Amino acid sequence: MEAEIVYIVLAAIFGLFMAWGIGANDVANAMATSVGSKALTIKQAILVAAIFEFLGAVLAGGEVTDTVRKGIVDTDLLAGSPKLLVYGMLAALLAAGTWLFIASKNGWPVSTTHSIVGAIVGFAAVGIGVDAVQWAKVGTIVMSWVVSPLIAGFIAYLIYQTVQRLILRQDDPLAKAKRYVPVYIFLAAFTITLVTILKGLSHVGLTISIRESYLLATVIAISIALLGAVAIRRIEPDKKAEKHQHFYTVERVFGILMIVTACGMAFAHGSNDVANAIGPLAAVVSVAQNGVITAKAGLPIWVLMLGGAGIVVGLATYGRHVIATVGKKITQLTPSRGFAAELAAATTIVIASGTGIPISTTHTLVGAVLGVGLARGIEAIDLRVVARILVSWVVTIPAGAFLAIVFFFIFKTVLP
Amino acid sequence: MANVLANIFGSSPVRPLEKHIGVAFQCAKQLHAFFAAAIKGNWEKASAVRGEIERLEHEADDLKKQIRLSLPKSLFMPVPREDLLELLLVQDKIANRTRDVSGIVMGRKMPIPAVIADQFLEFVDRNVDAAKQARKSVRELDELFTAGFRGAEVNLVEALIEELDRIETDTDDKQAALRGAVFEIEDTLNPVDAVFLYQVIELTGEIADMAERVGRRLELLLSH
Repeated sequence: MEAEIVYIVLAAIFGLFMAWGIGANDVANAMATSVGSKALTIKQAILVAAIFEFLGAVLAGGEVTDTVRKGIVDTDLLAGSPKLLVYGMLAALLAAGTWLFIASKNGWPVSTTHSIVGAIVGFAAVGIGVDAVQWAKVGTIVMSWVVSPLIAGFIAYLIYQTVQRLILRQDDPLAKAKRYVPVYIFLAAFTITLVTILKGLSHVGLTISIRESYLLATVIAISIALLGAVAIRRIEPDKKAEKHQHFYTVERVFGILMIVTACGMAFAHGSNDVANAIGPLAAVVSVAQNGVITAKAGLPIWVLMLGGAGIVVGLATYGRHVIATVGKKITQLTPSRGFAAELAAATTIVIASGTGIPISTTHTLVGAVLGVGLARGIEAIDLRVVARILVSWVVTIPAGAFLAIVFFFIFKTVLP
Repeated sequence: MANVLANIFGSSPVRPLEKHIGVAFQCAKQLHAFFAAAIKGNWEKASAVRGEIERLEHEADDLKKQIRLSLPKSLFMPVPREDLLELLLVQDKIANRTRDVSGIVMGRKMPIPAVIADQFLEFVDRNVDAAKQARKSVRELDELFTAGFRGAEVNLVEALIEELDRIETDTDDKQAALRGAVFEIEDTLNPVDAVFLYQVIELTGEIADMAERVGRRLELLLSH
């Protein structure tokens, strides 16, 4: 019995470490766009992030958590020696956490998702055997890493084109913004709620028919859009500021929209990235509690809580500074541009989460930003940095894998 | 890792370009006070203004260098990098011409005949107007980027450039008239002074020419 407690405590510590890292670094990318464009203050951003990351993790994070904990490793092969899975998952958590820590200290653009998937594949392939890896699933995941930034970029391109045509290029952009922005709010709210209801709610034990799902999503989205419309109506043109910047008031209208997409982005991030920390933790907990690997084991609620709490602590301790720094650097992402990127990224991520595919939120957002850039929406994008991001992912997977293998063999020798 | 998003944005050249034309215009604007002092023969005051012109010209130069350095070839922008650099170059020439003109007048403590004084100052002011209109046009750059160089904003900038062209044509007319006036009194002037007076008129007129070229460069951006 004692050994089981050691496993759970270790996994909880490592999971917390990783969740802390996600909260400290990763969330900043999701939230900084809103802070940078002054749609939210830092405090509001942290509040939004804390609430919606948590909701995202609980309501829509189940599928991805399942993939991380039992979709990559063929657990049938380990039925006889469940301890190997425990060692492996502990190693993967520690490896990914360590690698992320090293990388963020050095400013390398690595992804949490790539690290954890690399680590799990690494320990499984080398520590247990090449057959222990569900290669078909891994192939799908890796494909999605290529596809998700492309899709997000494409959506962002289309969204920004419509914004330019319908609003920014018109004679009276403010009137047009007031008319069309509520529609964008509706679209943003509708997509995210619909995917959540269709894919997420079954995980918390609710079943709703498809017709009811569409109806419910529509009702929720209309309510949010109406709220937004009221807030937009209150915005008065600031003639003085507009003398210097004709789009000053227009951007403030988009600022309202950006609050909605920021919530969506935090939700999407929670639904996808929290799983990176709690997936392996959940695997360890389920083996330790049951003594065997059960494919059906549910997700204990305290595991989710721990993941959510770790992220909130990471945000509060370190993330707020990162959000402030990044926010200051991305002034080019004005609300009209930023919402297009956020909405495209959030939609892509939530859909991926619904299908249980762990993708990189940051890379998806970068793809979306490039999409806005392709629509001639961004003043200057440094392609050298984009290239560095591409390279970083080729490095991250073997690095995560290597560390996981080392930790795996250490745990195998040291732990009971 | 957290800096991924921050770093993919290269430093935007838009605000710095707007700032640069602001400094170039401020520099050209000093010409009024400079020539007013020179006409009165108040070389002490003229020298002080000349110092301000040099300071502003340096400031424009420094800004120009910074902008160039912050525009690496790896930048992906809605408009070609070369066009922005060309725009920067002609903007900078507004300040350069101002410095050259004031340098010649100052160096020779050049007397400007009282008969043409008013006409001369009017001509200088019109050139400064051209620089001001160039600044007004360049200040629309950020709006142009936001609107993606299409739509209502483009019409607005085109109107600004048309006005700039009108001002430039006006300076040409004034320049011809001024040369005529100098020709009338040529016999009464020291021959070397006369030659330099023509040169100063020529160089001052180039300020409006450069301002007009700023307009041409902006138009090129609009056509993308």
